[in-house]
This record gives sequence, structure tokens and C-alpha cells, in this order.
Amino acid sequence: MSAATALGEDLATYNFAYLDEQTKRMIRRAILKAIAIPGYQVPFASREMPMPYGWGTGGVQVTASILGPQDVLKVIDQGADDTTNAVSIRAFFQKVASVAVTTKTREATIIQTRHRIPEEKLQAGQVLVYQVPIPEPLRFLEPRETETRKMHALEEYGLMHVKLYEDIARHGHIATTYAYPVLVSGRYVMDPSPTPKFDNPKMDMSEALQLFGAGREKRIYAIPPHTRVVSLDFEDHPFEIQTFDEPCALCGAEGVYLDEVILDDRGGRMFVCSDTDHCEDRRAAGHRGSMSPDEAYAGHGKGEGEAAR
Amino acid sequence: MSEALLSTVAVSGGFDDPVFQAQAVFRALMDAMARPGTVHDLPVSIAPPAPLGQGSGAVALAICDPDTPVWLGEGADSESVRAWLSFQCGAPVARDADRSAFAFARGTNMPAMDAFAIGTQEYPDRSTTLVVEVEALEGGVRLRLDGPGIDGQRVVGPVGLPEDFVAQRAANRALFPRGVDVVLVAGLRMMALPRSTVVSHVNETEAG
Repeated sequence: MSAATALGEDLATYNFAYLDEQTKRMIRRAILKAIAIPGYQVPFASREMPMPYGWGTGGVQVTASILGPQDVLKVIDQGADDTTNAVSIRAFFQKVASVAVTTKTREATIIQTRHRIPEEKLQAGQVLVYQVPIPEPLRFLEPRETETRKMHALEEYGLMHVKLYEDIARHGHIATTYAYPVLVSGRYVMDPSPTPKFDNPKMDMSEALQLFGAGREKRIYAIPPHTRVVSLDFEDHPFEIQTFDEPCALCGAEGVYLDEVILDDRGGRMFVCSDTDHCEDRRAAGHRGSMSPDEAYAGHGKGEGEAAR
Repeated sequence: MSEALLSTVAVSGGFDDPVFQAQAVFRALMDAMARPGTVHDLPVSIAPPAPLGQGSGAVALAICDPDTPVWLGEGADSESVRAWLSFQCGAPVARDADRSAFAFARGTNMPAMDAFAIGTQEYPDRSTTLVVEVEALEGGVRLRLDGPGIDGQRVVGPVGLPEDFVAQRAANRALFPRGVDVVLVAGLRMMALPRSTVVSHVNETEAG
């Protein structure tokens, strides 16, 4: 009976990690080239996935091609493990690859991310897979692929500096706050995907391998570990990351990226860690913020008072 | 060799478990490319026909298929090898080295690197990956590696490379982003020297 059931289940299953083997080989070859030429966008034959473009089909194809049975997968969406995109991609790989999953950054061997880099320093042996919507950093400056390709070939990046300069002329500072362009290993200007520029310094000399997959635009690119990643800037307008006036309202963390949460229609709001795992870790270790539930329940009203300030 | 014997050779000695063994070999390759000069084991059992080495065979079956023309150099080529590759992964054999996606050769008589495809300035990825069988990955002339993927510097000592390997690599590096990526294999062990890596002699640059 069990044998018959097992056979029935086998018939209904996909190849390991959904993609067929020839597709995996094609993507794997693109990944190897991407690593050998840091920051260069390798074209690949992106497949249709059982989710729409814009939901991370590039990242999913990269993850599916590198994933093995020993891996432990973490998926984050804007830093959070529990948002729609993260939950559905994690469930997808549990279903098609029976892979172990985690929300803990340090336990994961592969972390697929949409628009954030975890706060915790990544380790050697970990792979960070980015979901990328528009891989071409020059695309909004020059719509023609033939031209942007030539600009990369000739290392002609003056236009990007003009764009940043126009920011300064108009706003007094470089107003780009996400998808902030970087120079990889002194050669290719690269789009780090729409991560906040807060995360750019984490890409520099990282211990982990960073892979980028753009499904709709059909490009894969990479940053090997220990590779120089420099955010473009000017001597008199050096690159700066965002800073926040108050610490996380739940765990009190400073120097991390915070999300604003609107609490009511009278201007009430709170700032909390965008990286949910980091925040939970800190709370488990006893750190408290101004609006931690247990403090509010303690009856002093201290948390609410501070939040209203 | 008779037809019957040839076909037996062709159909045996491949991966026992193609999906997971190909994944394991690829992950070793990916880690090797990401950290040039580090030695990785290929955790598979494989028996390609002579004279193709086990490591070369594993790399071929993991990433070659009908989309990738392969070029076979002296010391990696035979009728049996061609039949084996054709059956196991369907890769066509390229007559010209510069039309190949992957090339397999022996370190002692590998052709100069400029014989292979280097890609174009617009599409540097359209280049050959050169898989070279060497005697050993350690114990040879000490080479210093610099570049992406290397924390500071790394020193390696593969045995059985051509004498002018460092000069060839320098010429290859000067073409960047074009160029040939090299994978060195010895038995079932492997290291990678992607085009981004600068290779130099240790004694050339070291004062002490």
C-alpha cells in the first residue's frame, strides 16, 4: 500500500527544485561567468516560473539552480521573513525541493532577498541571492540596450556621475536613496537592486558570495566574496548612508535600518527594525524598545508616553 | 576499438545520480570560482574513459550539454571520450578551440590560452572555460594570487602547468573583462583561476 502511495506521489512531483536539468545547467554556466566577471550582467534564458514577473522570478531561478539537499534556505522580503513574497517563495522551495528552511540569518546557507541585506554580518559559505527588477543601472539614463552595453564595454560612466551631480544641483545633496549605483572591483558600475543605500557598505568585502537574478530582464550578475564595492560619489559630496533619529521601538537597536509604521490617523507612528530576525534576536536577548508590549503591559505607561512625544 | 566495446564504454561510468551529483559538482565549481585558488573536492564517483581524468569528466557532465561545444586537447581526446561525452551529456565536439564553450586539456601540453574564445568587450561571457588536468594542486612552483574573491593574497602551487603559465595569465588578465577562465583538476580535486585573478611568481615580488 505504502509503495503504491509513494509511486503515486513520485509521479506527481517535480524535478528537484522545479527547474529541469538543462535549464539549471544554463543558469549555472551564467553564474560561473558572472562570478568570473564581477558586476557584469550575463544574459540568460530566463524561464517562466509559476509566479508573475516582479515576484522574484530571477532570484527564484538562481536559488533553484544552486540549491542542494543539504542547504538551509532563508527568504526575506524588505528584511522580513513573514511577508507575502517571502512566505510564498519559502513555501515554493519547501514543496519542490523539500529543503530545510529557517528565519535565522546565521543558520542559513542560502538567503534569497528582496531589497535588503540582513543586519547580521554574513559568513563565508553563505550565498545571498538578490531579486532584481531592473539590472541595468544606466537604463533610466539611456533606454537603448545597444548603447548601455557599449557604455559598459568602454567603461563610459560619465552619464551616471552627471545624474548624481544633477541631484546635488537640484537638492543640495545626492538624493538617490535606494538602488544606489556601485562600482564593482574597479570596473563595472552595477545596480545593487532596490536595496536602501544603507545596505551598500555591507556589499563591500563581504564574506558571502552575492548573486543577482533578474527574471524579466534576463540577466544574472555577481559579486564574489572579498571584492571591492564602492558607492559612487564626489570628493566634496561623499557617500553617506541614512541615519535614524530614534532607535527601534521594539528592540531599541541603533544603527540598523528602520521601517516607519503608521499607528493611527493623528500622526502616531513608530519605527521598527526592517530585519525581523535581527529584531526578534535582540528581544529574545532582553533588549527592549520604547513600545515593547511587555513594557506597556507593565503598567507604567512609559512606552506610550515616549511614542507620543 | 570495435563498435560493441565502444558503446559499452560510452554508456558506463557516468553519474549514478545525475541531479544531485551535478548539483554537488556545480556547487564545488561555484565556490572555487568565488574563492580562486582554494581546493575543492568533487564528491562524486565517476569513471570516464581514458585519457579523460575523473575531475574533467565530472565537470563535463555537470555543466556541458548540447548547447556547449567542447574542445578536446591532446591527453583528453580519444574516440571513447567523444562517444562517452556524446552519450552522457550530448555535447558536440568543436573542431576549433576558439569556437568552444569548454575545453579540456592536459597541463603538460595545453595550447596557449590565446587559442581559445575570449568573448567580446560587449559580451565578455562568450568565452571558453579551460579545464586543465594537472599532476597535483599542491607542491609545485609557488604562485601568488590577487583579485576578487581573495582576502589579501593567496599562494598556490599546482604541479604540471606550462612554464610560461604566469606570462600567459598576465596576457589573459590584460584583456579583462575578456579572457579565458581556468579550472585546474587533479583526480577528484579542483581549483579555479577565473580571468579576474592576477597570477604572479612569489619570488618575483617578494623581497624577503
